[in-house]
Amino acid sequence: MYRLCIAALAGTCLTGTLAMADTLPGELPVDPYEVSNANAGAEPVDNPDMFAAFHGQAGIDRIVDDLVDRVTVDPRIEEIFRASDLVRLRRTLKEQFCYLLDGPCDYTGRDMVAAHKDQGITTREFNALVESLQFAMDTEGVPFAMQNKLIAKLAPMKRDVVTR
Amino acid sequence: MALTPLSLLTRNTILCCTTAWLCVAGPSNADDIEPGGKLLLTRGISSVDGSGGGGIVPWALITGNETDRGIGATAHLTSVILPDFDVISYGAGIGLRDRLEFSYTHQALDTGSTGPKLGLPDGYTFSQDIVAMKVRVAGDAIYDQDTWMPQVAIGAVYKQADHGSLLSALGAEDDSGVEFYVSATKLLLAQSLLLGGTLRYTDANQNGLLGFGGTSEASIYPEVSLGYMLSKRLIVGGEYRAKPDNLAFAEEDAWLDLFAAYAINKEMTVSAAYADLGSIATFDEQRGLYLSLQVGF
Repeated sequence: MYRLCIAALAGTCLTGTLAMADTLPGELPVDPYEVSNANAGAEPVDNPDMFAAFHGQAGIDRIVDDLVDRVTVDPRIEEIFRASDLVRLRRTLKEQFCYLLDGPCDYTGRDMVAAHKDQGITTREFNALVESLQFAMDTEGVPFAMQNKLIAKLAPMKRDVVTR
Repeated sequence: MALTPLSLLTRNTILCCTTAWLCVAGPSNADDIEPGGKLLLTRGISSVDGSGGGGIVPWALITGNETDRGIGATAHLTSVILPDFDVISYGAGIGLRDRLEFSYTHQALDTGSTGPKLGLPDGYTFSQDIVAMKVRVAGDAIYDQDTWMPQVAIGAVYKQADHGSLLSALGAEDDSGVEFYVSATKLLLAQSLLLGGTLRYTDANQNGLLGFGGTSEASIYPEVSLGYMLSKRLIVGGEYRAKPDNLAFAEEDAWLDLFAAYAINKEMTVSAAYADLGSIATFDEQRGLYLSLQVGF
């Protein structure tokens, strides 16, 4: 309940230049913010083989869908996603992974601070998502060493995502 | 009210412990304490001295599965089977908020049938008790993937060996000693590599099993570890630990090993290594199998 209230409040505090991304049917409106690849939280990997190692956009789509399916039923963290717009979450995560893996995508979501503001995420919850991501990448057949190169990009985002 | 020295000591101990706990625990509520949360293998295994680390080199990582919001603990049983000796070690450690670590370990060097060759009874066993603490002072080995800054911890290890009179006859100055170390650990995730370095201030002979001091003063010795992660459950690598050579009667060598550590699940990790402990008490080429089981939460 606490998180639901906070998540609802969080959306009202965001300001920035209006530059609407191409949203999908079913997405809920969000307050305007400045769209920029800098919001993705890291520079893309400097490795031309990474996008292929994740089986391109189709592989990234499968990984993100599997990840979201897993975290929304994980008793450790499902509560965090109850108030989330899962249509938008899937789209922005797919964009973010594609961008970070040096694929032909731009990231149009909010920055990591804004996207997780007031969700009260802990290290344990952050790690629970990492575990689900590892399972999803295993299922897709991404080699472990390649998985680590993506996680290395995501790991420092803990500083912005974990707030308690 | 008049306080006897003993009750003063007790009171001060309680105050001291309470203060230390509050500093670690912070002002949060007890129901904020979360169980577990670390990723597989990121608590390390338990070294022969009980500290969270590799097999013979401590790491800057804190034992237990806890994060900065919890308490964790581990227990370990380790044996090294050598040509002329057996080493056994067991103990337990707790991790507080991924910041502080306390551990106790009992360690024994069983001379077995080698005892009589050293003028000792058959099966004579050197042993010691080890109490250690470690505090993480800077950096984050796991998450700081965008900087070179490692996780850094400092530690103190108190060792009390048995058979003091025999140890002094062998040339050791003392049957107890304190070691201090600083340890830096870095996970290079994009390369799947784990790097570690430790500097230890010590005068321990064979880790303290043969006492402390002798022909030279305590000094600083380097230790390194290198690991490659083959999967989230499996890491292979090697360790090297320089050691003092303080006893006139027997040369002492550096220790090294090649290891594999496998996390069966969040609770259990098994490790195996080929360990080269060099010359021990005039018996050269003590190379053999290191096996360790660590359980924890």
